[in-house]
Amino acid sequence: MKKFLMGNEAIARGAIAAGVSFVSGYPGTPSTEVLESVAKFRTDDIYVEWSVNEKSALEVAAGAAYAGAYTMVTMKQVGLNVASDPLMSLAYVGIKGAMVIVVADDPGPISSQTEQDTRHFAQFAKLPVFDPSSAQEAYDMIGDAFEYSHRYQTPVIFRPTTRICHGYATISLRENGPAVKGDGFVKDSKWVIFPRLSYQNHIKIEKRNADLTDILSDYDKNMIRGRESSCRKGIAAGGVSYAYACDSYQDSDCKLLKISTPHPFPEKLAVEFLNGLDEVLVLEELDPVIERELLMICGKYGLNVKIKGKLTGDVKNAGENSVSSVAAAMDKLLGRETVQAEQKELPALPVRPPVLCAGCPHRASFYAVKRAMKGRKAVFSGDIGCYTLGNAMPLDMVDTCLCMGAGITIAQGIHRMQPDTVNFAFVGDSTFFHTGIPGIVNALYNGTDIVVAILDNSTTAMTGNQPHPGTGMTMMGDISEKISIPDIIKALGVKDLAIVDPFDFEATCNTIKELADKSGVRVIIFKSPCISVSKPKKALHIDATKCKKCGRCVKEIGCPALFSIKGEISIDKALCTGCGLCKNLCNFGAIGGEENV
Amino acid sequence: MFNIIIAGVGGQGTVLASKIICAAAVKSGKYVVSSETIGMAQRGGSVVSHIRINEEEVVCSPLIDAGGADMIIAFEPAEGVRALPFLKKGGRMVVATGIIPPITKYDYDKQKLFNFLAENVTDLKLVDGAAVCEACGSSRVLNMVLVGAAEKFLPFGGIEETIKESVKPKFVEMNLKAIEGGRKL
Repeated sequence: MKKFLMGNEAIARGAIAAGVSFVSGYPGTPSTEVLESVAKFRTDDIYVEWSVNEKSALEVAAGAAYAGAYTMVTMKQVGLNVASDPLMSLAYVGIKGAMVIVVADDPGPISSQTEQDTRHFAQFAKLPVFDPSSAQEAYDMIGDAFEYSHRYQTPVIFRPTTRICHGYATISLRENGPAVKGDGFVKDSKWVIFPRLSYQNHIKIEKRNADLTDILSDYDKNMIRGRESSCRKGIAAGGVSYAYACDSYQDSDCKLLKISTPHPFPEKLAVEFLNGLDEVLVLEELDPVIERELLMICGKYGLNVKIKGKLTGDVKNAGENSVSSVAAAMDKLLGRETVQAEQKELPALPVRPPVLCAGCPHRASFYAVKRAMKGRKAVFSGDIGCYTLGNAMPLDMVDTCLCMGAGITIAQGIHRMQPDTVNFAFVGDSTFFHTGIPGIVNALYNGTDIVVAILDNSTTAMTGNQPHPGTGMTMMGDISEKISIPDIIKALGVKDLAIVDPFDFEATCNTIKELADKSGVRVIIFKSPCISVSKPKKALHIDATKCKKCGRCVKEIGCPALFSIKGEISIDKALCTGCGLCKNLCNFGAIGGEENV
Repeated sequence: MFNIIIAGVGGQGTVLASKIICAAAVKSGKYVVSSETIGMAQRGGSVVSHIRINEEEVVCSPLIDAGGADMIIAFEPAEGVRALPFLKKGGRMVVATGIIPPITKYDYDKQKLFNFLAENVTDLKLVDGAAVCEACGSSRVLNMVLVGAAEKFLPFGGIEETIKESVKPKFVEMNLKAIEGGRKL
């Protein structure tokens, strides 16, 4: 059967075909749709959950895999940083059923904090890693990943990149296998990590990985093309860069080595490729992982082959590759002339940074804090989510952003060094559950003065509205008890807690001022749902007879529904949700609802 | 191979338009590879979909290279200009005339952009979708108006059938009306 699927959907369907029975993860672009697609296509034998964070996701899956289940864990690359503690130890302990950890990397980066390379994490944790070069290959390869995981009783990392995750293709699907649940947890000392056991397991892991360099040399997705070519130059590529290379490669050009398992590296195959070559160009994104492996092999086997790539400056060492950057590097290697597309100079174009949506409650919350703190010395620490966009002008309300949950703790450090500042920490509801709570406990325990502003929009908005513990919905479609953020805050012992509706502008500003003047840990919950989980009100419009064209509404809040063309202010009816934030700040009462028409 | 770029602003429905075109191509037996902008850039940023339609299954890049697109469907004039480097020499562009001003400072001179496109695109088709959208009762169907306007240039059919199969039942009629309106423009 053939279906047109998104890469992430293909990964999910491939995992189902391979017998996955347990899937956990935490949303993060570009990985999110893998778990969502499992939830959509699952049979009754498959359990799926959004866990509270990546560490929890990996650990619950470890438990299920100890009991014999075929498990999959999904996250983005920075999520693996959060899950690295269980990962490193689980690599030593191993599993029983199977475990494939899908970690999506994001060259560019397009929607991430870092351009970190999960292939390094695989090397560091000594785990096998599979690196698909297309959506079809992702579908086929995730099945291989399950097979290796089960055969070697080890977690296996599966690393697609954004262009694989968000690429679509006509995929040939195979018959689904039965979901493997296993025969249950059997008590055994091997499940308890101890120094002596770790030493013994370390020896086994090194032996296994040495064996795998041979075994993976025969894996059909690691391969050499153009064996017949007499050219003494070669190309080595992995991931989507292989697909880019295919656009301007013919078997007669030169030998082409495709690496689908960057670790353990298919050494025997690489030696076969390198033999008889003078020069090799390596095409890969993020770090020079394949390049370093080839250099090492040349040293180990005394091969006199020049390896070119990121380390030699032949390929750029940051950002994405493209069809043309890959083609140009190949042309240079092969002494071909690069045919450049004619480039015309374009007229000046608008810059379109990502913005908070029209009607977004975060805009109202940021604006209220901005107004309430006007003239005060204040620092606004931010966090990861849609609300990071509060950083943009004209709001300019996010002074720091580091990683999930870090706003609350960074605010504490700044306050220790700068006690005369009011230190705000903005955190979203999903981030609060993810890693926000320990930071608040830390502030209370150490007696630090901060104002925690929880932007509760009742969803995980940035990644496409996933449920979380505060929503009471699970990925199994069940309703669970909503976990109340105010109850948690109160239980921690916070004395000053306020819950406000950010669109009730005056009252919100007053509450902010009041709490800012107090000391200790103060918490304000800005509660208003995301526009994508609530119904819009009627769009507002400008009353031209009252509008003085001062442009205050446009300049102050940066709403994409409000704009000024040659001094005339207007509201885009299709975008406006009728939130009323602009109406509140107009000094002339020129913004109104239908009654003003 | 037939390559299509769809360019627009996040929120304009480019992803759905791309899905409909791809699904119709798949239905008519083509091997299709495409790529979408998803995530942070979706929030009001410039978005581009790449669609590559092959007669047979091949290993190929999911992205179209500069100068590689046979057709560009632009949902907004400035985004059409931005996507122009993708267009093949002699390629075609279907572009919506309605503008989306950015929140950043920019002196939007629509006519200047149209003039530039007219000078640089051999086969330019301007589509004023506002009236059709109004008649359909929603500005959100601009994506289908553009698909309707571009349909006759596609090397395959089946758009209507695909909409019936893949759009929520209550929106099918409105979307078909938008396609029909687009065809006439």
